[in-house]
Amino acid sequence: MSRRRRPPRTPWVLLPFAVAAVAFIALPLVGLLQRAPWSDLGDLVTEPVVTDALRLSIVSAFAATGISVLVGVPLAWVLARTSFRGRSLVRALVTLPIFLPPVVGGASLLFAFGRRGLVGEPVYEATGLLLPFSIWGVIAANTFVAMPFLIITVESGLRAADDRYEDAAATLGAGRWTVFRRITLPNAMPAVLAGALLCWARALGEFGATVTFAGNLQGRTQTMPLAVFLALESNREAAIALSLVLIAVSLAVLVPLRDRWLR
Amino acid sequence: MRLLSILVTTGVLVVLGGCGGTDDAADGSITVFAAASLTDAFDEVADAFEAADPDVDVSVDVSFAGSSSLREQVLEGAPADVFASANVPNMDAVVEAGAAGSPRVFATNRLQIVVPAGNPAGIDGLDDFADDELLVGLCAAEVPCGDFARQALDRAGVRPAPDTNEPDVRALLTKVEAGELDAGIVYVTDVASAGDRVEGIDIPDEHNVVATYPIATLTGSGDPEAAAAFVAFVLGDGQDVLAEFGFGRP
Repeated sequence: MSRRRRPPRTPWVLLPFAVAAVAFIALPLVGLLQRAPWSDLGDLVTEPVVTDALRLSIVSAFAATGISVLVGVPLAWVLARTSFRGRSLVRALVTLPIFLPPVVGGASLLFAFGRRGLVGEPVYEATGLLLPFSIWGVIAANTFVAMPFLIITVESGLRAADDRYEDAAATLGAGRWTVFRRITLPNAMPAVLAGALLCWARALGEFGATVTFAGNLQGRTQTMPLAVFLALESNREAAIALSLVLIAVSLAVLVPLRDRWLR
Repeated sequence: MRLLSILVTTGVLVVLGGCGGTDDAADGSITVFAAASLTDAFDEVADAFEAADPDVDVSVDVSFAGSSSLREQVLEGAPADVFASANVPNMDAVVEAGAAGSPRVFATNRLQIVVPAGNPAGIDGLDDFADDELLVGLCAAEVPCGDFARQALDRAGVRPAPDTNEPDVRALLTKVEAGELDAGIVYVTDVASAGDRVEGIDIPDEHNVVATYPIATLTGSGDPEAAAAFVAFVLGDGQDVLAEFGFGRP
């Protein structure tokens, strides 16, 4: 893996395009920094609306990532290692949330798990449990939108892995669960971690599905993106301050991990 | 290399194409920024305006969003000709920045409690918005409908316990229509537009708030004459269309 390579000969014609790509992503950030209310920043970011939203965002993004790993890794294994009729249909289905506008995703969640939804109504009548307007609704919306990033990353990782080790372990008498736990999972770990990181990042920024399915209430369902959106309506400086906090949190997680996990 | 030169050429053409022709005053098209609560009504006003005078060939594009978002867009220099706001402060901010001419009130609106058809939770007034057991929603305090709703609740002496503060009035209406909320406070015109799926419960006059909608031409307009003609139409013949959608006259 760590074979030392000579620096590649640069095809110079690529450079202007690469620079354009970086500039396109960097310039809006520069614009944000330039408008930032640096002197009031301390006061703005310690307001309860910000701390509540930040806590909720971080908790729900981690919860969504945990759920995604728990059910997404097994699904990725099934998609990568088995073949059955309708597999390509399942694969298309689980990546659908990536293509779906998040607001549509949120509305679909309501129709399934809302108080008048397909599953939501009988569950509500029987138990009084309700996903919308609670942190569970936020976690559900985040998971719906973010899990596909984990599934496709882990699936492609499993496909790229060498499955001869699994065969060898099986030949030596290891049971299926042992093979998965001791061989497959450790081999796929880089892909699992990369997928989890992508999933977490997507969940942290989730807006459309969350507001549509879970609503917006400070301390209960208002995540950072929702708080930013509403602050933009009334107080642009607060919105920029909130955005900076979100960017700082993302960078704090991304910078140390991206080079290690996302290759 | 050939692919690259094709890419570069098309890129250049796209850039050049994007530079020409957009601000041409002679093409007779104007862009109207209208508050989200005017959705449907202003589409029909625009159609009526286009059809009204066969000698004038002006096409109207209406862009709907929350008044505060539209205010931000105008202040950031978005190319629009007319601004129709759902409240006065957003219009004032645009006028103070020198981005709009003198505004005129063209419509009024009132609040109503909206409940799903059949009123399953038995809502009967503003008091119910203080009930923790019910699932009730408001618009967020940052947008006009949320500001007005809080004024009305305040006048009625009700401390609301909302389960959600929706970012705009249509989002709130959608959740009530779907039966996810027991009640919300929206405009009379929203209840009318949702038809049979919801019911409206009147808020007494002494608690209700009258929303006034101002309209003005924008100083950055590429076609001030057409923009002024559209505003005149909204204040004149367009009033009948607005009345059909439940708006009050100024």
